[in-house]
Amino acid sequence: MKNHVLRPLFVVMGIVALILLARLVVVPKDFGAHERGYMYGWHRKSDEQVWKDFKVKYQGKEYCQGCHTDKYDAINKTPHKIIQCENCHGPAVDHPSDPPKLEIDRSRAQCLRCHYPLPYPTSGRSKIRGIDPDKHNPDVECSNCHNPHNPMGGLK
Amino acid sequence: MISRRNFLKTTAAGIAGITLPLAAFEIVDPRKLMAQEAKNPAKVRWVFLVDTYKCVGCGLCVKACKQENEIPYDANVTRTWVERYVLTKDGEISADTPKGARDGFTNSKIDLGQGKFKDIKKEDIDKAYFVPKLCNQCDNPPCVQVCPVGATYQTEDGVVLVDRKWCIGCGYCIMGCPYGVRFFHPVHHTAEKCNFCYHRISKGMKTACVDACPFGARLIGNIKDHNDPVTKIIMNERVGVLKEEYGTKPQVFYVGLSREVK
Repeated sequence: MKNHVLRPLFVVMGIVALILLARLVVVPKDFGAHERGYMYGWHRKSDEQVWKDFKVKYQGKEYCQGCHTDKYDAINKTPHKIIQCENCHGPAVDHPSDPPKLEIDRSRAQCLRCHYPLPYPTSGRSKIRGIDPDKHNPDVECSNCHNPHNPMGGLK
Repeated sequence: MISRRNFLKTTAAGIAGITLPLAAFEIVDPRKLMAQEAKNPAKVRWVFLVDTYKCVGCGLCVKACKQENEIPYDANVTRTWVERYVLTKDGEISADTPKGARDGFTNSKIDLGQGKFKDIKKEDIDKAYFVPKLCNQCDNPPCVQVCPVGATYQTEDGVVLVDRKWCIGCGYCIMGCPYGVRFFHPVHHTAEKCNFCYHRISKGMKTACVDACPFGARLIGNIKDHNDPVTKIIMNERVGVLKEEYGTKPQVFYVGLSREVK
């Protein structure tokens, strides 16, 4: 065969060889088909550990119980015991070292998440007592009068 | 007689051919692959159970999810969200999820978007309810199949993850998901989705949304454990899944699912 026919062929072969060699260097050793096979498990195995090491922020009620036993016990006697501390107090992360102080959500909007009345049949929402936020003391924080840790205990 | 030029050329081509290791051409053996699939030694398969009767639309799950998983709080993207469905006596279906219900539902008007709201009278309502949504961690995840670089994948315990270092941001998976659970992370610029709080469940904790729900509307469990309360409900009670006809085998099960829910 003539040289001018073979020359581009060699060039293409060279490029393919380069790509394959580069792949050996660039693609990490743990990349390949893992437990879920070629279709669903084709990945870099070490990334699973990256996700497992992601920082936990919400620590749960029991984390708070250790130091704030009085508050934990108090709210557990009320219907609000179903609400996690961190839902209003914010994620604990590494509290008390970081952050030393949590920011409490005292907004009306926070209470209205449940206590804005929506009379929906086939939903638990209709069974929760609600207020009309435009008529019931607008511009005042709910916690000025109501104690969220003891909602049935009368007004402050 | 061989010329110097020809000799050098042939030698170069020959060496290049020899140095190409056989490993560079990975040979796929279908029998080996099938055997790998059939073994399936996993002892854990995470599944999710949503009880729509219990959901009151407070959105505390969405708030917790966004903070736990570092999704920018004010960006209009979220890994989980809550939809509201209101069916009126004239047969009309209205649905909304303002900000993914991050702040709950504190308005009886339906948010139609672009600042428009629809007022529905209490006496016109036939039925109305809330439906929390999240990634279905499908057994046949279409989002994984379409990824051209192997950046999204399924772990042994059934959770679909995204490799942020490997994702090139092509968006195929976002288009491929029939449930619309994927989006671009506004900071990392890679595909983002619910991963059942993989960092929590792998430590024996519950997901942030399950912990945050005051009403027990959200539960996570291991379907391979027959003593798991979630497994018992899925096996013994009437549960539904979303878009079963797509063949994705979704692993988020719903109690009280209604046909209007898409």
